[in-house]
Amino acid sequence: MRKSIPLRICLVSGIVMIIQFFIPHRYSQTVYNYTLDWLIVSGIFAIVIGLHSNFHLHITRIVRKRKGWGYNVVTMAATLSMAFIGIAFGIGADSLFMKIYRNIEVPMDATMFSLLGFFMASAAFRAFRAKTKEATVLLIVALIIMIGRVPLGYFLWHRFPELVEWIMMYPNMAAQRGIGLGIGLGMAAMELKIILGIERGWLGGAGD
Amino acid sequence: MWNKLLNLDRRWIFIVTAICVILPFLFPIGFPTNVTPPTQRIYDKIESVTEDGPAVIVSFDSDAAPLPELYPMAVSLIRHCFINNTKVILWGMNMQGVGIIQMALEDVKKDFPEKKSGINYVLIPYLPYPAIIIMKMGEDMHKAFNTDYYGVSIDSLPMMKDIRNFDQIALAVSLTGGSAWGTWVSFANQKYGCKVATGITAVGAPDCYPYLQTGQLVGMLGGMKGAAEYETLVEAKIAEKGLNFKTRKAACIGMDTQSVVHIVMIIFIILGNIAYFVTRRQRNVA
Amino acid sequence: MSHDIWVWVAALLTLCILSFLYKDNPFYKFAEYLLIGVALGFGIAIVWYNIIIPKIWIPLRYQHQYHLFIPACLGSLYICRLFPKYAWLSRWPIAFSLGASIGMSLPLTLQAGIFKQVQSTMLSGFSISAIIAFIGVVATLIYFYFSAEHKGFVGGVAKTGIWYVMISFGAIFGYTVMARMSLIIGRFEFLLHNWLGVIK
Repeated sequence: MRKSIPLRICLVSGIVMIIQFFIPHRYSQTVYNYTLDWLIVSGIFAIVIGLHSNFHLHITRIVRKRKGWGYNVVTMAATLSMAFIGIAFGIGADSLFMKIYRNIEVPMDATMFSLLGFFMASAAFRAFRAKTKEATVLLIVALIIMIGRVPLGYFLWHRFPELVEWIMMYPNMAAQRGIGLGIGLGMAAMELKIILGIERGWLGGAGD
Repeated sequence: MWNKLLNLDRRWIFIVTAICVILPFLFPIGFPTNVTPPTQRIYDKIESVTEDGPAVIVSFDSDAAPLPELYPMAVSLIRHCFINNTKVILWGMNMQGVGIIQMALEDVKKDFPEKKSGINYVLIPYLPYPAIIIMKMGEDMHKAFNTDYYGVSIDSLPMMKDIRNFDQIALAVSLTGGSAWGTWVSFANQKYGCKVATGITAVGAPDCYPYLQTGQLVGMLGGMKGAAEYETLVEAKIAEKGLNFKTRKAACIGMDTQSVVHIVMIIFIILGNIAYFVTRRQRNVA
Repeated sequence: MSHDIWVWVAALLTLCILSFLYKDNPFYKFAEYLLIGVALGFGIAIVWYNIIIPKIWIPLRYQHQYHLFIPACLGSLYICRLFPKYAWLSRWPIAFSLGASIGMSLPLTLQAGIFKQVQSTMLSGFSISAIIAFIGVVATLIYFYFSAEHKGFVGGVAKTGIWYVMISFGAIFGYTVMARMSLIIGRFEFLLHNWLGVIK
């Protein structure tokens, strides 16, 4: 029962939604609209699990005074303050909440990601080697793209961007489409296996 | 010497990269930006929308991480719509995305103080399950959103009076650092026939070409270059209309630096390869 | 130089994170944990205002949409995950959202991602570029087809496929460099323009 009921729920909800796609009747449309609403409402509760997991991690580290627990205090204080400021004083365009968002979260998020650029530069020097014919082709195409996609390429030869667009639109597109078709078919097969109860990995982690 | 070069502390590479980023800002070169067809198609599509015609959706479907690439796109797209008096619906699939598109809106409104929420534009709040929200938009936007970002009922907004679903949308542009454009293509384009375009970080741009070829994507702004191209087109439009805006072309300014940094990266790759092959030959000889 | 305290806060936090490039240090760690906390707090407030109030509280309290009690009860079973004895009940809402989402998306993704793509490959004309693209799609598919040994004719086509894949990976690499450099450019532009004001 612990596994059979969820498997049946999955099968029925999946089949019903597939059927409604092919039979756009008034009734099936109503079922479809209700399901859309229900999915949103039921999904909201999953957030509780996420919050619990996060709080549990940080509070445990603080209580047990693990190495670097002071940083967990920073996270907890920031979480609670931000949530309180937002809920108590609103999240309007000129609110304190949005000021913190714009001037603390946004720049930090962008900077954190920008570190990748420096490591990419380092990797370009240390890791990208033309050891084989295939790797050489990869590097040559990369160099053409890198020159052709910046204004310098256009400045050097006005048809450079056209060459880049051609590479992107034909050989690149062909390989991307081939890979995409493979991924798409694989995903469709996996989704069918989930609905039909052949793939049951998603049931794991909550006891038998 | 080559051995030493191979074992160079990576912090030297970081310093060289940082210097090469800073110098073109201080001493701009001013390379011209050419416009590629995928960018031109988005511009032309928005140009084809009449004042009383359908609306354009600009959706910021990303967090703040790829801001330098996507933010100038958002600003240019909103600015373009405002210049043409095109109705624009602003949204974000991502929780942070709505905050960012709202920042872009505030920036553009400095040049368009007369544009009013509910009349010229509507800012939609974040809602979970983007695919479901897109499908609900296809059925009835008024039921999908209930209220706008400022808490005003969608039903009471004059701009939304005639906009019920994707039939009244000329184009939806998804600005994303991931695969959100795919969600728009699958659900808005495939199910409801809404025209979809994307502004995407450069790293995701190659994935879009199969969909550009089929026409499932009307156009694409690829990375900072795409943003700079759109800025150039909008700048030309501003000049054509004789308007005087305090427009800062952030992406175009960045493209000078991009040119220099790419050259440096190419030099890094070539130097790294020379050092590798020379040291390998020396090892083999020894 | 900016006189806005918020710009200073943003700039100092930016420098804290960039300091990681020298080595891991307490300033970076502080900024890292602060970012996690602020992002989480941001999410909580957004969920409160944009989801819980308009999607649950108002429909149930004022619009009498009592049918929403059903998904609310179903969704609340997620919380059973926190109690090992009843954790299995959390599978029910997962099953509903998984099944319904797949059912809704499967036909659409098949149409958009498979049928239309295949159709477009076959019907893209007879120009040299179109033929190059057609060969590329077939060769790439064969390269990833492992049910037949890559020998003889199949091997030759698969080999062609790998060249196409390498060209595509090269393009992705070139674009990735561009993307990552754009991120650095964005942050330095903020420091030089918004904070220090040394560039216009």
